[in-house]
Amino acid sequence: MIKLLETMTQMTVPSGNETLIHDFIKNEIKDYVDEFETDPLGNLIAHKKGEGKKVMFASHTDEIGVIITYIEENGMLRFTPLGGINAHYALHQRVKFVNGAVGVVSFENKDDSTIKNLKTSDLFIDIGAKSSEEAEKIIKIGDAGAFSGEFLQCANNIISKALDDRAGCVAMITAIKSIKEHKNDLYFVFTASEELGLRGAKVAANRIMPDFAVALDVTRTGDVPGKLKMAIKLGGGVAIKIKDSSFIAHPYIKNLMINVCEKNNIKYQLEVLEAGGTDSGAIHISGGGVPSGCISIPTRYIHSPSEMINIDDLKCAALLATKMIETGF
Amino acid sequence: MHLSALTQLNGVSGNEDLVRKYIYDNIKTKCDNITIDSMGNMIAFKAGKKKNAKKMMLSSHMDEVGFIVSKITDDGFLKFKTVGGIDSRVLPAKFVAVGEKNKIGVIGSKAIHLMTMAERTNIIKTKDLYIDIGAKNKIDAEKTVSIGDYISFMSDYTEFGDEMIKAKAVDDRAGCSILMNILDERYDFDLYACFTVQEEVGLRGAKVCAYTVKPDIAIVIETTACSDTAGVESFNYSTILGDGPAVSLIDRRTYYDREFADYIYNLAKSNNISVQYKKASFGGNDAGEIHISNSGVKTATISIPVRYIHTPSSVISKNDYHAANELLKVVLKEIKL
Repeated sequence: MIKLLETMTQMTVPSGNETLIHDFIKNEIKDYVDEFETDPLGNLIAHKKGEGKKVMFASHTDEIGVIITYIEENGMLRFTPLGGINAHYALHQRVKFVNGAVGVVSFENKDDSTIKNLKTSDLFIDIGAKSSEEAEKIIKIGDAGAFSGEFLQCANNIISKALDDRAGCVAMITAIKSIKEHKNDLYFVFTASEELGLRGAKVAANRIMPDFAVALDVTRTGDVPGKLKMAIKLGGGVAIKIKDSSFIAHPYIKNLMINVCEKNNIKYQLEVLEAGGTDSGAIHISGGGVPSGCISIPTRYIHSPSEMINIDDLKCAALLATKMIETGF
Repeated sequence: MHLSALTQLNGVSGNEDLVRKYIYDNIKTKCDNITIDSMGNMIAFKAGKKKNAKKMMLSSHMDEVGFIVSKITDDGFLKFKTVGGIDSRVLPAKFVAVGEKNKIGVIGSKAIHLMTMAERTNIIKTKDLYIDIGAKNKIDAEKTVSIGDYISFMSDYTEFGDEMIKAKAVDDRAGCSILMNILDERYDFDLYACFTVQEEVGLRGAKVCAYTVKPDIAIVIETTACSDTAGVESFNYSTILGDGPAVSLIDRRTYYDREFADYIYNLAKSNNISVQYKKASFGGNDAGEIHISNSGVKTATISIPVRYIHTPSSVISKNDYHAANELLKVVLKEIKL
């Protein structure tokens, strides 16, 4: 599980470029599912056939990143964010492009206030090119990249980039591999463009038209110095979402999660997230409405190259998904 | 060219009737079937030459930005709200047409010598502006205007320089005009040319249209901002006037299919049609709703660069317009679905 997480987090998959991870995922789970389907948005849908109600699980494969919009005469690249990028977080991070090129983010130092009020439009990417001609040999307008962030183990925690939401993907893959029996018709969707506004999940839900849906994604924690008041703690177990700004968990799904945790001694905590959304936000209002819930993995420093999760929390998330499927909807 | 006539019609979002009627009258003999849905979208259908052909959706929006009357003051002045995104700084002293009878008005503001220092330095707000229709008082004004009346910019279609056009509402009558031309031909695939409503207030018409058509693939014919002017750094130009239609890679609402975008760009290059990528990510258009409709739709946008977009003096290059028309023709002829 940890090895899988390391491999997956270290892949460069900025939003809109999810097909890059499809072969890897297919290879991981092909022996455990019946068929695969992809769509124009870049979703990968794995179908594990079964009787009864259709249940959709979703974890997004995309991570925040950058897309190049302009190449300066001096070879520096201007970009626009893919997903929610904080300019201060991005500053002096390293970027890996999907074509393998690398660079570093720096900023246009106009005066003393630039750094204080830093905006992504003040930033540029240096790929070591001396001119636009040289740069264009390496990168084209429209090429995308993501920030690099080494995978490190720190006590019982993992520090890495892209734990949002490769951690969810790993939990889902682990569940897919662990299911002993299932009563439902199961669709495991590795969704695209979540960071751009839940776009992939929306069309995947339209395609599948599930009876129930569960997203697996990361959530914030309230256990670090600062003003965020939130009951979620790293190491406190899997978080069962009550609400965030994109949706309110359906009581049936939420209670199913709680019951499954109680019955199987899975450590859990209840999550009320004031800001932020996840794929469930798009899925639950698709079609005629889909009762939905979300299995959350508590994560510190989300959308930074050094996101942090707890290994036991991740294991609890995978176990909860597995046991929910075995219990049935 | 229909562009001149189209830009002179008033069709603020939600009030596209005149535009729709003009387009209908000029395309009705060219299509197999034309439907108008409950929102006002007009879908012109032209069956493909092949049987069981795939569905291509083209989309251009008929609506333009404008205003709506929100209050008539005792003095007979009109207070108004904007429909769509309009920079309040361009408004004072502009000519407008109010209501169905096109009652002429002028947007007024407090004279500069009466403004406080703060009023002079701050950006003027729409709520501090009013429209003067020459009425003596409220009763007089109410004879010709009522609350809820639409208001459009008034601005002639004028050609200037070697190849420039100035008009209001080129966003997106330029696209509508091209779509009308495209219907002259019959293609391999089933063509659904959608003249959509209410784009400027949030892509509302296109969303509904996409669920009606259920396309296999879609192209949006649009206009996009062009800031290649004095005082702007080149990385913020987004597009350059005269450099050809812009193919979008990303905007606020859509991350475009790269392969499809590159296909269109390269097709232009190989046919000696001038073309550019849109080099910025702001804005959004019908593609935003179309590409996430149904089970997901591969979508591209071809845009004509417009300086001073969303103002009564929007400027485009005639060459860009013709190149966009030509490019769409080539794409529809060459593309294999």
